[in-house]
Amino acid sequence: MIIQAIAFYMLSTVAVAAGFMVIASRNPVHSVLFLILAFFNAAGLFVLLGAEFLAMILVVVYVGAVAVLFLFVVMMLDVDFVDLRKGALQHMQLGTLIGVIFFIELIFLIATVNVTPEVSAQGAFPIPGPDERSNIAALGDILYTDYIYLFQASGLILLVAMIGAIVLTLRTREGVKRQVIADQVNRRREEGVELIPVKPGEGIKGT
Amino acid sequence: MEKYSFFVELLGPSWGFFVGSALHILVLIVALLVALAFLLLADRKVWAAVQIRRGPNVVGPFGLLQSFADFFKFVFKEIVIPAGANKGVFIIAPLLTFILACITWAVVPVADGWVVADLNVGILYLFAISSLGVYGIIMGGWASNSKYPFLGGLRSAAQMVSYEVSIGFVLITVLVTVGSLNLSDIVRAQQDHVWFGFTWLLPMFVVFFISALAETNRPPFDLPEAESELVAGYQVEYSSTLYLLFMIGEYLNIVLMCAMLTILFLGGWLPPFDIAPFNWIPGVIWFALKVCFFFFLFAMVKAIVPRYRYDQLMRLGWKVFLPLSLVWVAISAGIVVAFPDTYPLVK
Repeated sequence: MIIQAIAFYMLSTVAVAAGFMVIASRNPVHSVLFLILAFFNAAGLFVLLGAEFLAMILVVVYVGAVAVLFLFVVMMLDVDFVDLRKGALQHMQLGTLIGVIFFIELIFLIATVNVTPEVSAQGAFPIPGPDERSNIAALGDILYTDYIYLFQASGLILLVAMIGAIVLTLRTREGVKRQVIADQVNRRREEGVELIPVKPGEGIKGT
Repeated sequence: MEKYSFFVELLGPSWGFFVGSALHILVLIVALLVALAFLLLADRKVWAAVQIRRGPNVVGPFGLLQSFADFFKFVFKEIVIPAGANKGVFIIAPLLTFILACITWAVVPVADGWVVADLNVGILYLFAISSLGVYGIIMGGWASNSKYPFLGGLRSAAQMVSYEVSIGFVLITVLVTVGSLNLSDIVRAQQDHVWFGFTWLLPMFVVFFISALAETNRPPFDLPEAESELVAGYQVEYSSTLYLLFMIGEYLNIVLMCAMLTILFLGGWLPPFDIAPFNWIPGVIWFALKVCFFFFLFAMVKAIVPRYRYDQLMRLGWKVFLPLSLVWVAISAGIVVAFPDTYPLVK
């Protein structure tokens, strides 16, 4: 299909170019915006592969939530990024070394696709096409049966991380008055308002 | 493809489909924008009526052409870009808002089969694209290089991310009940079932309505543009066509939220009773009527309710709606498990 080929080349070109611009652009906010563009094009590639659920989740989680927080933080940062770039040439050697190591690892990983014995065993069976079984149902079948413990464990890790973040940032200050909504709602007219008949010449006594 | 069969016979399967869907998109967008012009007027008229004013009544009979006059006024004005602004991002931001607001309509079924892309993950697509809407605002606020827009943009980012969470859980309650993420399936599931707005999902209906107000930055949650404190928030530096794009995008999102409320809770294109006088009327009319009803409610809320304070807004989102919708996800899942003969409605 020519249309799919065009879409693939367009999406992948933009994704790679945006990925390059993430590290090349001078303004950190532009970097984050290019990162978002790269995410979005990756989602498009997922759609082309027929993995529409993964594509949508990528957009919802990474683009819609994580990258917003990135952007949020980067916009508030007051760092002189020109100053940071001064030592770039010295760090370049170490960075290149790490990059090459990762690249070689990736090649090994892709050359031997067998991730776990279960996955390689599944390769022997024909996977039902998208017409018979939708993406979401197929993912759910695997996630909530074979990998339920891993799934629950990752959930727990996220929960612990969340609690940790809250504990780290929580500070209790003394003497701060806070609004207690329940008290406000439960307040009755009798508690707040008192009607006192005021006699002329005497005024209000004892209140 | 059964859809666009006229073009498919004329031009062959792939080009016929292409031309057919392109025309479909064009008709949908034009219809939406024209409808939006009158909805904008209706918004202002409702608002005026609540305040015992007349509202716009000069351009055309009853002021019917007011929105078109406004349109030309915006377009013919000069685009002012502030000197310190980040020019590219400044221009992209309103474009992004407008484009995202338009492409969400691709999956909205306005009547049985009247949908541009009948995606299996339609509801997720809507959720994903509407969660991108925050970028237009935050980019506009940042690129203006000015204090009020920046504060407005930050506020709006926090607000929209917060309310997205509860909207997500409300969507989950509905799709657990239906057993499908396809919007057309969700409407069809309500054909032989009571509309979800009148079942145990009624609280979620309310939560979704209020979250939709917050998600679209409508009063009482219009803190990103709170004019008494932030002048006009992220829109301060925008003028003419760029401002117009922001405004159209915002209103398209409001209409989209009305359409989502209609589809999820009030049976989409279905008539209220499947008997003679009601089911003569075509589905698209019912859909439009329901959307207009919700738009009227949005307008009434704008006219009646005073603005929330920012901490109260956050409290409502995180401490009230999030636990409530989480509990309701559990309840819906429980009901679906307890009545396996009936639920999920799409097997």
